[in-house]
Amino acid sequence: MTIPLRTKIILYTLLVLAALIMFAPLLITFMMSFMSGQEIMMGNMIPTSFSLENYVAVFQRFPLVRYLLNSLVMSLLIMTGQLIISSLAAYAFVFIEFKGRDLIFFLFIATMMVPFEASVIPNFHTIRDLNWLNSYQGLALPFFAMAFGTFLLRQNFKQIPKELKEASQIAGIGDLKFFLTVVLPVAKTSLLTLGVYGFLTSWNMYLWPLLTTTDDRFRTVQIGLRQLQSQEQLNEWGVIMAGAIIVVIPTLMILFLGQKRLQQGLTEGALK
Amino acid sequence: MMHLVELKQVSKSYDKNVQVLHSIDLQIEEGEFFVLVGPSGSGKSTLLRMIAGLESLSGGELKIQGRLVNHLPPKERHLSMVFQNYALYPHLTVEQNILFGLSAKKVNKQEQQKRLQEAVSMMGLGDLLKRKPKQLSGGQRQRVALARSVISQEPLCLMDEPLSNLDAKLRAHMRTEIRRLQKKLGLTMIYVTHDQVEAMTMGDRIMVLNEGEIQQIGKPIDLYNQPANLFVASFIGSPRMNLGLAVINQNQLIIEDTIKLSITNQDIPKIIKRSGITIGIRAEHLVYATQEEANLHLDVVNVEQLGNETLLTFEVGSQLWTAKWLGQWLINAGERIPLKINLDHISFFDSQSGQIMQTATASQDLKVVAL
Repeated sequence: MTIPLRTKIILYTLLVLAALIMFAPLLITFMMSFMSGQEIMMGNMIPTSFSLENYVAVFQRFPLVRYLLNSLVMSLLIMTGQLIISSLAAYAFVFIEFKGRDLIFFLFIATMMVPFEASVIPNFHTIRDLNWLNSYQGLALPFFAMAFGTFLLRQNFKQIPKELKEASQIAGIGDLKFFLTVVLPVAKTSLLTLGVYGFLTSWNMYLWPLLTTTDDRFRTVQIGLRQLQSQEQLNEWGVIMAGAIIVVIPTLMILFLGQKRLQQGLTEGALK
Repeated sequence: MMHLVELKQVSKSYDKNVQVLHSIDLQIEEGEFFVLVGPSGSGKSTLLRMIAGLESLSGGELKIQGRLVNHLPPKERHLSMVFQNYALYPHLTVEQNILFGLSAKKVNKQEQQKRLQEAVSMMGLGDLLKRKPKQLSGGQRQRVALARSVISQEPLCLMDEPLSNLDAKLRAHMRTEIRRLQKKLGLTMIYVTHDQVEAMTMGDRIMVLNEGEIQQIGKPIDLYNQPANLFVASFIGSPRMNLGLAVINQNQLIIEDTIKLSITNQDIPKIIKRSGITIGIRAEHLVYATQEEANLHLDVVNVEQLGNETLLTFEVGSQLWTAKWLGQWLINAGERIPLKINLDHISFFDSQSGQIMQTATASQDLKVVAL
């Protein structure tokens, strides 16, 4: 497509502006993480000297590595659980015929309209009664059943021609083998998308870990961040910002890595 | 005698009220190339899928190799199937696609490779084994699908419009290739198509299906020469049979109020009715005649030069008739042409029921050349 240079300049100026506004908080955080407390108080935007003191401090004073590890375990658990359960459910909704299939699917989808906050209390009761407070399974389990993931994968599986299933049936290949050797590989792009989405959502989760963890051994990094703030009489903003930057890094990494793989998957395309 | 596939009173309905197939009785012999042909919505694909086990029967009995298979899953029916869109697995290579079903059948690796080599050399796929389906042309995909079906070594092979995604030239080529393969391997083939040319050229026997009912079963030539009803008459053959409403008035056969042919009672022994008749005549039986011989004159509406033959369209009352003449005829639209029809080339149908009353008598002492 050819765009006149003038339009191009205007477009890009607007884009850069929008990007700056969107990115400003993170940029300020990044800058502040290198400043001393004094500089921050003076309201500087650009640090006069780069020091990594804040970063050293955040690792020394808090079990940040432990928190990061907890977040990682929890996010991976949720991601895996979501992928397994969503893909199995989506498979049933697409490839297995049973009475009331569509009705059940719509009920399933309807649960998307119930906000998580509404189900927090029953979930909390269940996890507490199972004695799973302060445990990885307690952190992860309530998020396994994911209507959105099932919906996303169902739409994707529906694009798989039903003749593939029928050809497998005639060859005597059962549902499980068909699921594992045909459906999953063919739908790997969507699985990846869902995996990235699930990981990032759980990584950034705040309310649930706050409720179900009281112990440093299981606390996630988001709660840890919050603690950085409240434990000090006078907030050391530099340290907090350094912590925030560290927390953001894995998110960014996954986004970049995932993006590359996603593009690969998309260009590979499917056979009509 | 045992038939390879036997259907007794097989019917299919959806939601207990939409009847798709009405009591189908059919026997298919071993080694036969059997074609199911009909317009779209005639139920031919449904019937094939019922034989395959992909759809359940609403009524009747289905036997394969003498065994009642009504409730058996597809894999226990010992058959293979080729789909219209080939159903190749997009993420697997040609080789993996061909071998996909064999591991489920517990065929050992050595045997798998042996069969693969055979199938690959038969289909000429040698150079393509490591490619993915999307890197193949339509004809190559078709051959991979065939190879996958052949390699299973099941005695019965089902095909659901396998050639309809190919261009005309390739289609003609694949027709002969499939036919040759079937003969070579002695497969029993059930082949579904909506294309009557495909049916005529490939089938040992053809079943014409319309609106879920059998119209006629028989050899291609018999269907062409002795169609059982108006539907078969107009469906089989290209160009289609010329049809016209007719009455018999004393010693005259009056077609579409425009053509008058003299007729005697000896010519039409089986016809009791004198009106409500539809006559049919094949395009090749509408022949050019000299002015003296001619028994009718018609205006040419259109001329199509095919090179080796010429198609002429005439206006006959409300109908358009086609004549097919060998060679190249330089005739212009609008000319009035002298023609001749022999009474023994005319088929007589009952206009109401569509059933045949008297087949063209000339077709019984046929000029079919048998060597």
